[in-house]
Amino acid sequence: MTENQSTAPQGDSAPSRRALIGWGGAGLAFGAVAAGGAMAAARSGGDDPVPAAESGGAVPFHGTHQAGVATPVQDRLHFAAFDVKTDDRAEFVRMLKDWTDAARRMTAGDTVGDGAYGGVAEAPPDDTGEALGLKPSRLTLTIGFGPSFFEHFGLADRRPEALVDLPRFPGDNLDRGRTGGDLCVQACADDPQVAVHAIRNLARIGFGKVAIRWSQLGFGKTSSTTPDAQTPRNLMGFKDGTRNIAGTETGRLDRFVWAADSDHGPKSAWMTAGSYLVARRIRMNIETWDRTSLQEQEDVFGRSKGEGAPAGRAKEHDAPFLKAMKPDAHVRLAHPDSNDGVTILRRGYSFTDGTDGLGRLEAGLFFLAYQRDPRKGFIPLQRRLSATDALNEYIQHVGSAVFAVPPGVRDKGDWWGRTLFSEEA
Amino acid sequence: MRAVRLIVTAAAAVAALTAVTACTAKSDAKGGDDAIRVTAADTSCDTSAKTVPAGQVTLKIENKGSRATEVEIVFPDGRIVSEKENIGSGTKYTLTAEVKAGAYEIACRPGMKGHGVRQKLTVTGGKAAKRDPQLDRAVAEYRQYAQDQADDTIPLVEKFADAIKAGDLDAAKKAYAPSRLGWERTEPIAESFGDIDPKTDTRADGLEQGQKWTGWHRLEKSLWADKKITATDKQLADELVTDLKDWQLRVGKAEITPTSMANGAKELLDEVATGKVTGEEDRYSHTDLSDFKGNVEGAQKAYELLKPVAAKNDPALTGELDKQFAALDTLLDKYRTDKNSYDFVSYDKVTKDQRKELSDAVNALAEPLSKLAAAVVK
Repeated sequence: MTENQSTAPQGDSAPSRRALIGWGGAGLAFGAVAAGGAMAAARSGGDDPVPAAESGGAVPFHGTHQAGVATPVQDRLHFAAFDVKTDDRAEFVRMLKDWTDAARRMTAGDTVGDGAYGGVAEAPPDDTGEALGLKPSRLTLTIGFGPSFFEHFGLADRRPEALVDLPRFPGDNLDRGRTGGDLCVQACADDPQVAVHAIRNLARIGFGKVAIRWSQLGFGKTSSTTPDAQTPRNLMGFKDGTRNIAGTETGRLDRFVWAADSDHGPKSAWMTAGSYLVARRIRMNIETWDRTSLQEQEDVFGRSKGEGAPAGRAKEHDAPFLKAMKPDAHVRLAHPDSNDGVTILRRGYSFTDGTDGLGRLEAGLFFLAYQRDPRKGFIPLQRRLSATDALNEYIQHVGSAVFAVPPGVRDKGDWWGRTLFSEEA
Repeated sequence: MRAVRLIVTAAAAVAALTAVTACTAKSDAKGGDDAIRVTAADTSCDTSAKTVPAGQVTLKIENKGSRATEVEIVFPDGRIVSEKENIGSGTKYTLTAEVKAGAYEIACRPGMKGHGVRQKLTVTGGKAAKRDPQLDRAVAEYRQYAQDQADDTIPLVEKFADAIKAGDLDAAKKAYAPSRLGWERTEPIAESFGDIDPKTDTRADGLEQGQKWTGWHRLEKSLWADKKITATDKQLADELVTDLKDWQLRVGKAEITPTSMANGAKELLDEVATGKVTGEEDRYSHTDLSDFKGNVEGAQKAYELLKPVAAKNDPALTGELDKQFAALDTLLDKYRTDKNSYDFVSYDKVTKDQRKELSDAVNALAEPLSKLAAAVVK
């Protein structure tokens, strides 16, 4: 949760206008959006932009880095954390290869295995079928390995130094059923059914080898779908989508997001070109927030609700003047200037899981942040925010996980986790 | 419990079993020279012909044994084409059936129990369906297993009913779960009849409008929730016995194929996944784990019988199934003190985390089990 430095996105359509506004215009991790906005608009160009998000196209699965990190943010999320259920390393590696194959197919808009129909009548089809006829919808599938994963398969010495267990932060009220996980898959797509189909089919392939520990659906309109629309808002009604790192900003990505050789010892060399993901389920006290006066709401964020302008400024994109904000204003505390320049790439989504047993909206932000090293990213930031942020009165962190996200799958012969499991890495 | 089962029809489509219209008739029809004379005794079953042409077949049966007997014409897979029960010592009976070409057996079952004494019967003419003897054997053995389960259940359910009729709450509670085991092991067969399951195994939430609630779970509610036995309960106990005796009589006629066996095994795991893991099945008594174990045992039996064929076609699958059955068994053993007892931990004492662990193990087994049918018919 931080205010990231403003960026100058590339592309002749100059989308900087919309791209880089965070929660409340500054701060917070509550922004899933900016990178996507920048990228989409950059691609479209011209006077008549065609947003990339609406193309329904496919995002390349192969690459140096996994897709789904710097990729322009899609509209929808299905995130699943899994636990390992087998002791058999060969069997698990086989599953990773099967998963990779399925992911390669699904991200291209194809069915899993032999498809959803037309096979042996006596057997259930390989693919569950609900994505038939749907476009690839820019589906990305991104895998990560949690700290507890390294207790399996004799991999203890390959656990990267940066993959620390997150400390307990003040105010945390973590539900064990929504916390942790040996591994995770993040499915992002512009069509929710495509994302759900992907997780469902991976879970099915994984039965007996892994079991879903928890999962989270997310939504949140991103500016990439409507490049000319205003900055999207989070569920508290404030503009969202900060000065995130754009997918085109290779310099900042290398500096803040991708793990480099020099970051770790040889045992963790498998993480080079990977990243570290922190996931937090942040419940909002929607009803009490809605009863809060406008003045207090704006004070809490440090931004105006309508325009999204930083306190004491006129326009959404005016540079924040931190001293004009209250000392405990969210934007002020989360701003890089208050945090020695700490910057993380955020990909969070809003969620609403119906209502709770007390008739309150079960809603909030499913925060996802990628960084080069959580010890220099999320952890110091959250230490600061959890201690003093005025917003804490209205939010509660109820789920938490951290994962090492390995580098990309290079080509058809490559598979998820190869660098971890192969000595050659 | 489950309301509707498609096992019979689904199986029939795949089975390619010789279609047969069978009927028993108290006929004194002139069997003439075509009739097969069946001489049944305590240890023998002599038939006057081993080969007959397709069409109507007449058996002229004489029971020369000391006990009542039962004579059946059966498919190689054990399914009964036609039968006559309770032919008294020293009496005669004529049984007719319409039979297509194929291999059959005539079985005499002295005392109306067990495998009986059997003679081959070949019906010629027309085109006989191609059969795999190995699979026929598997089906026949599975049918015998199902019959044994039904036979063994009757005294146990009578014990349960007797306790209820005696108004003995504690004894009835004790007899409840054991009376269900044989049923749970072979549930897909019982459900294939359509009319028995709704009477014996419906839960409160499964009742249709206007349906009278009868059977095990109604009594379970009386024993555990209401904590008293009413006059109606005593009547229901008798009905339960009657309905289960109906089941016992019909098991032999259930249409069973290798495919339906494999799918039945998977359905048993479905039962576990939807009803037992959630604690819905035995919501008053919390004896879900006993039912759970019964379902798994029944599935494993069907699997073991099909395994020789499946292992040839898909050894990786049977390897995985062996492993997952063993894993689930080991997990279930944690919930009973004695490996041979069906006295499991009350399900309301099983924590959420433990239920998740059980659910994961069920999924791990059910997913490969869903591929067994294809491996058998490959």
